[in-house]
Amino acid sequence: MSTSLELYEPVVGERVIRQLRQLSEGLRGLKILHVNSTRSGGGVAEILDRFIPLQKELGMDVRWEVVEGEEDFYKCTKAFHNSLQGSPVEIPEAHIRAYEEANARTAERLGPVLEEADFVFIHDPQPAPLLNLCSQRKGKWIWRCHIDVSRPYRPTWKYLRKFVEAYDASIFSLPDFAQALPHPQYIIPPSIDPLSTKNMELDEDEVQAVYGRFGLDEKRPLILQVSRFDRFKDPIGVIRAYRLAKNFVPLQLVLAGGGAADDPEGTAVLQEVRTAAKDDPDIHILDLPPDAHRIINALQRAADLVLQKSIKEGFGLVVTEAMWKGKPVIGGDVGGIRLQVINHHTGFLVGTPEGAALRIRYLLHHRDRLEEMGRKAKDLVRESFLLTRHLREYLTLMVALTHGSDERIELG
Amino acid sequence: MPEPFSVRGCALLAIATGKRAQTLRELRDNIATAHPACIYYHFWGDMLRPSFDEPEFANDFASWARHGLHDHRLAERLGVIDPLDSADMESLRQEVIDVVEERLDEGELVPWSRADQQFHFLRSQIVIFDLNTHVREPGEFTDIIPEMSAGSIFYHFIDARRRTKYNLDDFRAWLWGFGDQYKTLIDEIGALDPYFSNLAELRGSLTRVFRDHFSGVRSRT
Repeated sequence: MSTSLELYEPVVGERVIRQLRQLSEGLRGLKILHVNSTRSGGGVAEILDRFIPLQKELGMDVRWEVVEGEEDFYKCTKAFHNSLQGSPVEIPEAHIRAYEEANARTAERLGPVLEEADFVFIHDPQPAPLLNLCSQRKGKWIWRCHIDVSRPYRPTWKYLRKFVEAYDASIFSLPDFAQALPHPQYIIPPSIDPLSTKNMELDEDEVQAVYGRFGLDEKRPLILQVSRFDRFKDPIGVIRAYRLAKNFVPLQLVLAGGGAADDPEGTAVLQEVRTAAKDDPDIHILDLPPDAHRIINALQRAADLVLQKSIKEGFGLVVTEAMWKGKPVIGGDVGGIRLQVINHHTGFLVGTPEGAALRIRYLLHHRDRLEEMGRKAKDLVRESFLLTRHLREYLTLMVALTHGSDERIELG
Repeated sequence: MPEPFSVRGCALLAIATGKRAQTLRELRDNIATAHPACIYYHFWGDMLRPSFDEPEFANDFASWARHGLHDHRLAERLGVIDPLDSADMESLRQEVIDVVEERLDEGELVPWSRADQQFHFLRSQIVIFDLNTHVREPGEFTDIIPEMSAGSIFYHFIDARRRTKYNLDDFRAWLWGFGDQYKTLIDEIGALDPYFSNLAELRGSLTRVFRDHFSGVRSRT
């Protein structure tokens, strides 16, 4: 698929595209480098996959590199992820060593690329130590944190902060996530790509085909949660909500997910979910590969409503995806879900499985409200959470960083 | 005859200041010392940042009073503050403080929020860029305004009130350069209330005002 900016015009309007071109005029030819930990699986890889071709089209010289490590490296970064979200995880010294060694090897492999870039975007903790390993760096380094670090486990944050504080700026998805750091902390929510396989329009036949493919019943309402098999997504709570609601409305539940490439805990959680589902034929647990974007797209379109009952959440791009398909979302009252699920307008915020069950029943009994909320949900995403808005803020940030920290920067 | 009107665009960034409030008193204290860009952001930032089109309250302080503190009375009083009534950010700041202090005086307990519902003070950073479009005759706006981005509308119609003499938007400030020739048009623009409209609605209203005015001029000549 082409990623030409013009393809976005019918979705977001010509003005939005024109503004991107205007903002990027002063950035043409600059070397931009993004570094994260995986090329597939997880929201960061998905964003970069779509973001980079657009930055290239706007005239920037963009590269995407990955920090790679052995098993202990991934165990360490998974532990970082969990403990930054608040779990008191003690990380073995051997895992820390694997983390630092992986970064040292990456710095050695990429040395000149890192040091010559005009802007280096380091995504999440995995490649955070790279800055300190590049003494000859000439560009601006930005740490982009995609994780909910509103209440981190302090020992982990104390360890990571020593890498992060030397950056020129950091980006967090929500104000709640910002930390005490000696540089500007920009607040930029992430986004989805309306043209990606996961979000593009699909033929009705393709949507209907998921019923046959996964043994679903077309006649009964379908509720869906799409997420990695991760305890913070509370899949067990979703099953409980389904069971409570099913006492009152005919219902089937799909839990669709998969393990991202850097998520070794996924298998254990998946087993817990299977145990909780017992042999209920109306609970469909789909362990999908990371590239099952089109299937997820079809499932989201087939669903009557979507759940994201997280108890911790960074931003929750699956919420954005569901809303883009015109579905109201019943979401946990945490993190970025609050920014998207406007209570009683684009869905409902809930704190318990009981609350989720109540809202499931309400929406399935009030189809007019369900459809109205779905329309509002799609409008909100169009205005605020598409890739083009995200790109505009990155371009603005790069312009701003080259002109200091003044409140007002006038160009031209 | 004034200099040509230079059409500009702008984009807004939000920067965390590190200041937070969990109680109403902390909110008051932080408002008192916040950078003016903070006050600006929490009144106007809603227009350019990801947000819901039908917000319950038009500024962040009112919204937090309602959803963070669950104080409906305070939320209503803060929500009615119109930033255009204040000559500058300092008088706007003082107006907010007055409302908050009045509420503090009324109660025996200081309202507080849950830890995960704190008010986060953000400040704005605005990047303004030239669009290389110049308007010489006011009638040209009838075609130019419908093509303006939300950022341009914000810059010329909202942000201008911080920059121009007499706190006017850029359109009126420029039209005054023609003397009294466009006084009717100036009055019509002045009647538009930007506080409860989004930028797309404002663009539509401005387009209508300019088109109605100049179609009337043409029909009269």
